[in-house]
Amino acid sequence: MFRFPKAILVTALITASGFAAAQGAAKFPGIGRDATPKEVAAWDIDVRPDFKGLPAGSGTVAAGQDIWEGKCAQCHGFFGESGEVFSPIIGGVTKDDIKTGHVANLRATNFPGRTTFMKVASLSTIWDFVNRAMPWNAPKSLSTDDVYAVTAFMLNLSGIVPDNFTLSNKNIAEVQKLMPNRNGMTHAHALWPGKEFNGVNKPDTQNVACMKDCAPEPKVASFLPDFARNAHGNLAEQNRMVGAQHGADTTRPERKVGDTESPARATAPKADSGNNETKAVLALMQKYTCAACHGIDKKIVGPAFMDVAKKYPGQVDYLIKKMQSGGVGIWGQIPMPPQKITDAEAKTVATWIAAGAIK
Amino acid sequence: MGDELGSGRIQKAPESFLSRDGIKTVFAEAKKGRRDFIRSAFAAAAAGVAAPVAMAQGNPVPLEGGDPNILKLPEHSTGLGQGVASDGGYGKPSKFEANVQRRQSPGLTQTTQASVSFAPLQSLFGIVTPSGLHFERHHQGWWDIDPSKHRLMINGMVKASKVFTLDEIMRLPSVSRFHFIECGANTAVDWGNVAVPTVQYTHGMVSCSEFTGVPLITLLELAGADLKNGKFVLAEGADGSSMTRTIPMSLILSGEVFVAYGQNGEMLRPEQGYPLRLIVPGVQGVSWVKYLRRIEVGDMPYGTKDEAVHYIDLQPDGQHRQYSSIQECKSVVTTPSGGQVLLDKGFYNITGLAWSGRGKVKRVDVSTDGGRNWRTARLEGPTLSKALTRFNLDWVWDGKPAIIQSRAMDETGFVQPTYKQLRSVRGTRSIYHNNAIQSWLVQESGEVKNVQVS
Repeated sequence: MFRFPKAILVTALITASGFAAAQGAAKFPGIGRDATPKEVAAWDIDVRPDFKGLPAGSGTVAAGQDIWEGKCAQCHGFFGESGEVFSPIIGGVTKDDIKTGHVANLRATNFPGRTTFMKVASLSTIWDFVNRAMPWNAPKSLSTDDVYAVTAFMLNLSGIVPDNFTLSNKNIAEVQKLMPNRNGMTHAHALWPGKEFNGVNKPDTQNVACMKDCAPEPKVASFLPDFARNAHGNLAEQNRMVGAQHGADTTRPERKVGDTESPARATAPKADSGNNETKAVLALMQKYTCAACHGIDKKIVGPAFMDVAKKYPGQVDYLIKKMQSGGVGIWGQIPMPPQKITDAEAKTVATWIAAGAIK
Repeated sequence: MGDELGSGRIQKAPESFLSRDGIKTVFAEAKKGRRDFIRSAFAAAAAGVAAPVAMAQGNPVPLEGGDPNILKLPEHSTGLGQGVASDGGYGKPSKFEANVQRRQSPGLTQTTQASVSFAPLQSLFGIVTPSGLHFERHHQGWWDIDPSKHRLMINGMVKASKVFTLDEIMRLPSVSRFHFIECGANTAVDWGNVAVPTVQYTHGMVSCSEFTGVPLITLLELAGADLKNGKFVLAEGADGSSMTRTIPMSLILSGEVFVAYGQNGEMLRPEQGYPLRLIVPGVQGVSWVKYLRRIEVGDMPYGTKDEAVHYIDLQPDGQHRQYSSIQECKSVVTTPSGGQVLLDKGFYNITGLAWSGRGKVKRVDVSTDGGRNWRTARLEGPTLSKALTRFNLDWVWDGKPAIIQSRAMDETGFVQPTYKQLRSVRGTRSIYHNNAIQSWLVQESGEVKNVQVS
C-alpha cells in the first residue's frame, strides 16, 4: 500500500508554494518530530559560498599564528607548506593570480603539486572545513573566533591579506573577491546528474564499438619497472590459493619461458598472530589518536614505534614520561604535545614499545 | 579474432581455436590424464601452430598410480566435524581464504584514518561484494556508533525541521536495491602511466551491495520540504570530518536517492557508515555520506571541502570541473589480471565487471589482441541499473603474448573510452573519473602485467 509511482507522488506533493504538502506527515503518522531551535543550532553549522550560515566573530593573523603553531603545524608544517601528512595548503599562488582570479600554475604542467589555496575558489570552504573538521584529532574544538584567526593566518601566508589583518563576518565577503582561484571552477561538463547547473548533456568522450581491425598493432607504452615488482608486497599472498590463476611470487624475479619451477605455487595464507597484548595497545592508540602521528613500522609525523623500540629497549619508565610530557628535537622539529593518558594505560603502551612494538 | 556479436562462444580464429565439443573432450581426457590426446587435439585444431606442451601439468597422475589426496582418505572424511554455532554465532570465511583481503596501497596515504583500502576484485565472483571486503574510504577514521543514540535531522527550506530516530526510520516503507559505489578517484593512479600492479589497486575502489532503506523523498515530504525552490540538498555525516556533499534535488525527486541502514541482508558495516548512509546511485562514493546525521534543503550548492578542494577535476586549460559526480560507463577484466599467473596453456574463462552511473550496462566487448579485434561477452544476469554487471567470455590461450581488454557500453549508447580519447579531452592531471579501457598483458611465461598501450 505504500508503493506509489514516483512521478505522480512528487507532482501531487508540490503545491503552488513549492512546499511539499502536509500529506507526508498525514501518511506516516507517529514518525519523526519537530526539531527544537536549540537542536538545529547545534548541528546546522555549514557555511555556504554566499556566507549564509557564517556566525559573527573575528580573529587576527597574529592570533591565528599562535593557534596554528600549537594545533596545526604538527601535520601541516609551520607555514602550511608541508606535504608529509596531507597535501600542502599554502604555496603556488601569486599577486597576479589575486588580480585575475585564475591560478596560473594550474596551467603549468611542470609545477610540482597543487596546494589548497591554488585550487579553492570559495573562502567559505576553508572556514567551514576548519570549523567542522579541524584539528585532525579534535574536530569542532576551535571557538568561532579561533576559526576566523586560523583562516586569517592562512590568507596571510598566501599573500592575500596583510600581517595586521583582522578577518570577521563583516569583511569576509570582501576578502572573497581576492581569492586567487575564485574564477577557476567550471560547471560545463556532463558529470552532474541534474539540470541545476545548466551544464552540458553530451559526454566529452565518444568512443565507438568497433569490432574488427579497429586499431594498429598495439605497442606497450607503459608498465611497472622491474624494481617495483614487489612494491605492493608478494602478490602470491594476495590471491586465492586455488583458481584459474594464482598470484605471481613477486619476491623472486619474473619467471621466464622454460623455467622448470612452478610458475605460482599455491600460497597458503599466513596465520593471524592473534596477539592480545598488541590488540589492547591498538585499542589505546585509537582512544588517544596516537596512530594519527605514529605507525607501528612506518614513520608518519612522528617516528615508527618499532624505531622508538630500537632506541629505547626496555626503558618503560622513560617512555611513560615522554608520552605524558611530550617533546621535540629527538626525532625531528615537529613537536609531540603532552598526552593526557593515565599512568596505567601509558604503562601498557610503554611496555609494548619497550618490548619491541611487535605487530 | 572473431567478428560476430552477442554470442560469447568461441569463435573461429586463426589461432587457439577449439570447438565447444573439442573443449569438452579435452577436459574429459585431461581428467583421465591422457596428455598425448590433448597434444594431438591442439595440434589438429591449431594447424601450423606449434603444439602446446603439458596441458595437464597442474594435475598430473602421480607416479605411484594415484593421487594421495584420493587414495588416502583425509581426516575430514574419517572423523567427526564441528558443531553448529561453534564459531561464536557469526560465520567467517574459511581459513584458506585469508589471502582474500582488502588492502592499502603502500605509500598512497600517510595516515590510516584519511585513507583507502581496496577490494580484492581479482578474487570475487558475481556482482555482490561481501560486506567485509567492501572497499573503505574514510576521511577522518571510522566509528562504531550506537544506533539507539543516532539521529537524523532534516532542516533548511522545510515547513518544519524534523528529527528522526533509527526506530522511526525503520518503521517507514523500505526499498532494497543493488547499486555499485565507486570512489571518484578509482583508477586515479593510472591517469598518467601504469603505477600499480593488480586490479585490486587499479580498480578496487568499486563495490556493489544490496542496500535497504527509505527513499529520501519520503523524509523530505515528512518535513514539508520546498521541492520546487530547494534545488540542492546538503548531506552531512556525524563523524569527525562531518563529511558534507551537495546532492541534486532532481535525483532525489526521481526516488533513486535513499537513506540506507541495510547492506546485503544485515545492517551496514561500521566502515560503511553504520547505522545510516546516503545512497546516491550512479554518483561517486564521496556523495554517499556515511554516519548520515543531517539533510539540509537549500537553493544553491554548498561548496564543501570535498567539492571545492578535492573531488574537482583539473582540465588542461587550468580550470577545475566542479560538482563532477556521475561515474561514467566503465569495465575491467578481473581474471586474468595483473599480478596473476596463468597455470598453463588452454582454456580460460575471461571474466570481469562492468558498470555505468547512467543506467544499465548494455554490452561488453573483450579483446585479446590489444584492441584490434573484439568479441562480445556474455552478460550474467541480473543486469541492473547502476549496479555491477558480471561478464564472461570463453578463451583458449595459445601460450603467446596477449593483451586483454574489455569495453563496456551502457543503455544510453555511451561507449567506454580509450586512454587516448580520455587524455585528449582531459589531459593526465584530473585525478578523478578515470574510466579508460584497462589493458592486461599476458606474457609467454603466463605472468600477467598491468600495461597501457599506444
